[in-house]
Amino acid sequence: MKLLGLFNYWVFAVLLMIGLAALISRQNLVKKIMALAIFQSAVFLFFITMSKIENGTAPIIQAGVDNQVFSNPLPQVLILTAIVVGISTTALGLAIAVRLYEEYGTIEDNEILAMDRKP
Amino acid sequence: MNLADHLPALQVALPLLTAPLVILLRTGFLAWLAALLASLASLGLALLLTAAVLETGTQHYAVGGWQPPFGIALTVDGLSALVLLLITGASSLALAGGRQSLRLDIDNRRAPMFYGAWLIAMAGLCGIAVAGDAFNVFVFMEISSLATYILIAAGRDRRALSAVFKYLIIGTIGATFYLIGVGFIYMMTGTLNFADMALRLNDVIETRPIIIAAGFITIGLALKAAIFPLHIWLPRAYTYAPNAVTVFIAACSTKVSIYVLLRFNYAVFHGNLLGHSDLFAVFIIPLALSGILLASAIAIYQGNLKKMLAFSSVAQIGYIALAAGLASQTGLVAALLHMFNHALAKGTLFLCVVAFVLTSRSATIANLHGIGRRMPWTMAAFVLAGLSLVGVPGTAGFISKWYLVVAVMEVPGWGVPLVVAIIASSLMAVVYLWKFVEVAYYGEAPGDDTAAMEVALPLRTLIWVAALSNVYFGLFPQLPLALAQSGSGTLLGGLN
Repeated sequence: MKLLGLFNYWVFAVLLMIGLAALISRQNLVKKIMALAIFQSAVFLFFITMSKIENGTAPIIQAGVDNQVFSNPLPQVLILTAIVVGISTTALGLAIAVRLYEEYGTIEDNEILAMDRKP
Repeated sequence: MNLADHLPALQVALPLLTAPLVILLRTGFLAWLAALLASLASLGLALLLTAAVLETGTQHYAVGGWQPPFGIALTVDGLSALVLLLITGASSLALAGGRQSLRLDIDNRRAPMFYGAWLIAMAGLCGIAVAGDAFNVFVFMEISSLATYILIAAGRDRRALSAVFKYLIIGTIGATFYLIGVGFIYMMTGTLNFADMALRLNDVIETRPIIIAAGFITIGLALKAAIFPLHIWLPRAYTYAPNAVTVFIAACSTKVSIYVLLRFNYAVFHGNLLGHSDLFAVFIIPLALSGILLASAIAIYQGNLKKMLAFSSVAQIGYIALAAGLASQTGLVAALLHMFNHALAKGTLFLCVVAFVLTSRSATIANLHGIGRRMPWTMAAFVLAGLSLVGVPGTAGFISKWYLVVAVMEVPGWGVPLVVAIIASSLMAVVYLWKFVEVAYYGEAPGDDTAAMEVALPLRTLIWVAALSNVYFGLFPQLPLALAQSGSGTLLGGLN
């Protein structure tokens, strides 16, 4: 039960590591951007998970309903902002990858570096 | 409420709101002029804020009138004021001195966009300095980083693209690590406000998540601050960026990350988390020391002037990190002073590089032989700023090195070896600067062309103003010293 209760946190950790490992091991720039997106999504999941409590609902006070349990809305707002930041980063990264392809004719990191080293 | 009460908000709002207006302008010249004026106005605001901080202490501002910890708080203390002066000063200097160089590097058609991105980068950096809560710091950090990536990639050198891609990946990892840390702290304390966080950390019984948070935040920010060996993105990004952009980012962008690092590790963790200061010192001092020694050594072997100065920056960041790791009042004063003085010296040096590249079209040392005789004014300013970088008495660099040595001597048992490391690194700085100065003055000019080719008078004047400010703050260090002392006081929670 304890393991299941922490299921989301396990997913967070696994996704984070998948993203980080792919960032390090992949040479393809688009794959790197995908890995970065996975890496960031893991953090979004982490924030959303910590705000959720059992039977928690949206924090709207209703007349005549007692004993309401609210989920904390703040992390969700934070993550809304962080998602926007993540999308901008992905868009900019892909734009740079496109420019790199125009200039070098490849999006493999090691090939680009090899071309840079040549005088 | 009069306008003066809104200074902390205006500091961010002014460049942020000017940016879209700049993008609407049609020509590069108008966009540059508008960006320069906005930058100078921000410098004015920063000076007003500094005066207010020195007069009445920390400035608090509640956005929209919502009081913290529920509303968004902006806080400007001595430390923030120092960083604000750095950011706006570096931006004004780079824009004023970089017009000619940027006209060559950036298409006139795209120039308004470029200057818009410049202002957004400045707004983001200012935002980090004034923000009073951890999440706004993250958002401003990403705003400034994204804009900085655009600035670096905007030039004509295609190598800038792969450099900036690496910076983007590493910068985003750093920012995401920071966000994870903030998440853990929020989980345990339920607050994002720095001051509130420091108060509530005491009540947290289970401290393991907080320690994890401290680890994530410190490593994330160390990535962004390019603390050795996490600096791998920095040399290429600085080298291939447009020259004027290098002046701007080299002077302030890594310093702002160090500012957040200090804010978290001292204002929040220090004193509230048992044994944290020791852990922080054990983590950061070895890295700082290896940066001081190895990066200086690597700088000696660089054939490109910009890359040499970039590696020198990594070493200088090592000094700041070393001073910060000592966890003493003197150490923090030294760290903050060195932030300011290094920005002065490196800003001047990179501005001289702008001038060199304008006339000789190259930043490779081999192509700059004899430049000292052909551009005597610029070269003399380069030497002056170089002396400040080394830490010769009478220049600003000496003041911070002096404080650093005093702080290091207070460490029981380790004082002498640390001082030896600092002196060794300073000597290596003499070596790598001399390597360039020697060929600049005594080398044979390529093609035996020895005609004078100084840059236009406005840029030369600006270079000299920047160079003389190194001497001025070496002889009269009262302003940065007062800010550094008040800043270190707030960090250690003593004064204020």
